Parts: sequence; C-alpha cells; structure tokens
Amino acid sequence: MTKINTNSTLVTVTGVDKVFKRGSEEIHVLGGLDLEIPDGEFLALMGPSGSGKSTLLNLVGGLDRPSEGKVEIGGKRIDKLSDRKLAAWRARHVGLVFQFYNLMPVLTAQKNVELPLLLTKLSRAERKKRAAIALDIVGLSHRTGHYPRQMSGGEQQRTGIARAIVTDPTLLLCDEPTGDLDRKSGDEILDLLQALNQEQGKTIIMVTHDIHAAARATRTLYLNKGQLSTEAVD
Amino acid sequence: MFNWMAQVFSVTRFSMLSLPQRKGSSAAALLGIAGVVAVMVGVLSIAQGVMKTMESSAGDTNVIVLRSGADSEMMSGLGGDDTRIIAEAPGIARDASGPVSSPELFVVINLPMRSTGTDANVPLRGVQAQAQQVRDGFRLVEGRMFEWGLNEVIVGVGARQQFAGLEIGSSIEVGKERWPVVGVFEAAGGLSESEIWVDAAVLQPAYRRGNSYQAVYVKLNSRDAFGEFKDTLTSDPRLNVKAMRETDYYEAQSSTVTNLITGLGTLIAVIMGLGAIFGALNTMYTAVSARTREIATLRALGFRSGPVVISILSESLLLALAGGLIGAGLAWLAFDGYRAATLNWASFSAITFAFDVNLKLLVQGIIFAMVIGLIGGLLPAIRAARQPVAHALREL
Repeated sequence: MTKINTNSTLVTVTGVDKVFKRGSEEIHVLGGLDLEIPDGEFLALMGPSGSGKSTLLNLVGGLDRPSEGKVEIGGKRIDKLSDRKLAAWRARHVGLVFQFYNLMPVLTAQKNVELPLLLTKLSRAERKKRAAIALDIVGLSHRTGHYPRQMSGGEQQRTGIARAIVTDPTLLLCDEPTGDLDRKSGDEILDLLQALNQEQGKTIIMVTHDIHAAARATRTLYLNKGQLSTEAVD
Repeated sequence: MFNWMAQVFSVTRFSMLSLPQRKGSSAAALLGIAGVVAVMVGVLSIAQGVMKTMESSAGDTNVIVLRSGADSEMMSGLGGDDTRIIAEAPGIARDASGPVSSPELFVVINLPMRSTGTDANVPLRGVQAQAQQVRDGFRLVEGRMFEWGLNEVIVGVGARQQFAGLEIGSSIEVGKERWPVVGVFEAAGGLSESEIWVDAAVLQPAYRRGNSYQAVYVKLNSRDAFGEFKDTLTSDPRLNVKAMRETDYYEAQSSTVTNLITGLGTLIAVIMGLGAIFGALNTMYTAVSARTREIATLRALGFRSGPVVISILSESLLLALAGGLIGAGLAWLAFDGYRAATLNWASFSAITFAFDVNLKLLVQGIIFAMVIGLIGGLLPAIRAARQPVAHALREL
C-alpha cells in the first residue's frame, strides 16, 4: 500500500470555513472546523441534510477548496495546489465511492475499473491485471465483461469500490455508499468497506445518514450547522 | 504528454461510444449542418458553372478584337474593311482557307424559356466559315450545317435545352420572316452553346447592318504572338480597335454575374450557418448536460479539463464532418450538371450553363461545416471544463 508518509495523523483540517455564494447571498456551510483523522481509521460522518458532510468530504478529497483554513493530507497541504496538481494528487491518493456509483454506462465493469489507471503509465496488460485483482477483491471476478445496466445496484457499487481501490489510494472517500441500496446489498458493501479498513489498512471517511452503516465505523462524528461533535444533536 | 494524450483518447472514446444515447439531438444538428452545406454548395455551384462556361469559351491562343472603348460585343462596331485589315495582322494562325479570323455580328432575339414560359434575350450570332475554326470543340451533333446564303440557323445544345421552339424542323421569327432550325452544335461547353448561329451575310441585311460586324475572333499561332498582334492593330492609323485575350475578356464578362451569385451564396450560407451554429450549440449543450455525471466523475477521478474540452469538440466536429459530407454529397447528386440559364450582364443576353459542383466547392462546404461544428462545440466544452467538480457532482 502506498502511504504519503508514516505520520500517524493522515488528515488534518484546521480552521476551515466554507462559504458558498448564491447571487448576493452568502451561505456559510462550514465555520472554523478542525478535524484530525489518524491513519487507518474508518470514520463515519453523520448529520442532517445540508449540514456540510459532503462539503467536508470534498475538501478532504481535493474536489473543492476551503474559503479559509487549511487541509493537509499526510503532511502535504492540498488546498494550495493548482487545479492540475490537485487533479494529479487526487488520481494518486484518493479513491472515491459515490452514492449512485457513477460508472460509465458505455464501459464494462473491467473497463470502468481500469479508468483511473489510464492516468498512470502502466501498460495495458498491467492495467488489465490490476483491474482484475480489484474486481476479485470485491467479489466480482465473474462479472468483468458486464455493463453497468446488466448489473444490480449492489454489483454496480462493488464495481465502484473496485474502481476506487484499483490505484491503491491512501484515502477512501465514500459519499452515502449504501444510500441507493437495499439493506442486504448495503450490508454487503459495508462488509467490504470494513474488510478494506481492517485487512488492508485503508483509511476510510464515509458520509452516511444511516446509523446502521455508521455503526461499522471505528469512530462517528456528527456535523451540525458547520460544526463537528462526537454526539448527535437533535 | 503521453499521459495527456491517453486521457484525450480515452475521454473522446467515451464521448463517441455514448453518441447513440443522444441520437435524436445529434441527428437534428447533423441534418441542419447538411442542409446548410447543401444549399451553400448548390448556390456557389451556379457561379462556378457560369465561370466554367466562360472559361471553356476562351481558347488559350484566342483573341477578340472590338472597337476601342467597347467593353462587349453589344457595344462594339467594326466595318467590313476593318475586319479585312485585322485578318492581315501578324501572328494569326492559318489554315487551308487562309487566316483563322472570324468577323461576327451579334444581336439578341426574344424566345420563351422552357422552364417559365417568359421571354429571354437569346444571342443570335452572324458568322462566317472561320467561326468553327476559331472555337475549339465546335461540332455538329444533330442535323446539318446551315447553307451559306440561306435563312437557316443552327442552335447550341444549351440554347435548345433552355429555350422553346429550337428543335430541328421548327423555326424562329426574325423580323417578318421565319428561319428554320437545321442543326444543333456543341462547343466544348462554352458560351457559344447558348447561342443561335446564322450566316453573317444573311443577318446583316435582316438587321440593316450593311457591311458591318461587331467583333473579330482570331486564333493566334501561339500565346506569345499576342503582343505583336496587339501592337500592330493599335498602332495602325486605319483602325480604332482594341485586342484582348479571350481569357481576360470572358473573365471580365463573367465577373458581374459570378460576383453577384458568389456574394449572394455566401450571404445565404452565413445566415443559414448562424442558424446551424445555434443548432449545434443546442445539441452540444444537451450532450454536455446529459454527460454531466460522466464528465464530473472523470474529473473527480483525476482527468484534466483539456481532454474533456477536446472530447466535446471532437464529438461536435465529428457531427459537423458527417453533416458536411452528407450535405456536400446531396449537393453533388442534386445539382452537379443541372443545366440552367442566367443573364449575362455584359451582353444582356442569356447564357446557359451547368451547375458545377467541383472538388474545391465540396472541400469549402466541408470546411464550413467544420467551422460550424467548432463554434457550436467550443462554448459547451468550455462550460463543461470550467464547472467546479464538486458543484457538478452535487447537481447529479
């Protein structure tokens, strides 16, 4: 597994504000937020809709920048990187799992999983091999040639997870990974995430509304009105 | 660089693979562009056809002699003596019957167009025997040559096709007389094919022209003989004439009508092109909108904006290329070789010509289509590339 450094704290968010502008109106989503996530943690982020969970996830994943404050991953400050460098950093260090899987409908499971590897210098044969290993880890080695439309929601999400882990990223960010699945499929996905955390040491941040899902994490934090707490606020 | 190119290739491939999902809007843009190109190529092929007719008329070694100050045969006048002096000038090619020099008379008569039934000015040319030698490619294709000294005419293939009453056996009305049509000729697609020919000696009294002509057409020994020929005529105190190469003469004759048609064609193409650009813009905005999730995901995974822009432009250009090819093909099938008549503004008489959809026009049409595709794809591509990833993911 590739690690950025051996520091026990992988993610450090310090004094982060995030303000969105809608016309002349300013919406403060996060205000002066601090967060530390140790390497190897499985963190669940909960909170009501609009509380800023996905925004925080996007900031940690380098998909967005804070209005104020800093975001360091493995000691590297990412909020100051150029768009180009940030894209390259994301490709190398972050695996993303989306609620609606976000697979390319025109590509097979195998090709979908190979997608992030197109950004590397790996040969075609090596890309194919690594994608096959990732699909095997998520239990889909028998579905490699199938298109997303030919797979169930659970299988599509497993493909999404295989795509997220194929580059062996430092950080796995999951935005409502079971939000679109039935309980049984959701449980299977959570089993898989838990195994990735416990057996492969992946650091996972999972945004969820589901207490049942959050129970699988090693720590749960609650976001409300832009602030983090260890206990849910009614 | 390799990495970047690989990204471009991959993203463009997804774009192409997902085209069938957007076949409705893509087909609309494609057909819009095809229509613009077909109309543009069709209209411009008229100008090309007129130019080609004029160019076909002009022999490389041919010269036309007019009265000094006249810009066309209609405005010119030469006495019979003048034409004999001109025939003696140096540099003129000779055949068994003497110098290849053809004094000619030019009048217009009214005949109804076959297509509309309305009258058009049709050129009636009085010629001598050398008229056939001066014009390369002159050939009787039906009937026979008129008898010298008789009121008989032969007609060009273009004139017969465009104007009513020019079949062999019918006759044309000249003054109070009727002159029978006895033959049909072609002249390598040149201007003469729009004309009716009669013996000059018959035409002169019919129009009370005495022993006068309007132009002398001359074939020279070589292209280089023109300078001496021209100097001899212009320095001869007995003559008040000017000599022009036929190529220059016909270019000047055709410039008004070809410039008008080209200008009009370009204007129509630009106006329709603007419409097609909006069509392409709409299609590509729809495509970008339909692919928001895909584009946002790719960028979230680490793909850069450049490849996204190029993939959208590629799709737009591919649609434009297909539209351009279809439009150019349709124009070629529908218009190439189609015969029509228009007014020669220099002689105020009709010229018949064939629409000429040539390679140059087809290439122009396809380039125009690509420009439409480029403009139509650029704004949506920039929008897709500039949209913040997190924002785009939230919109899903």
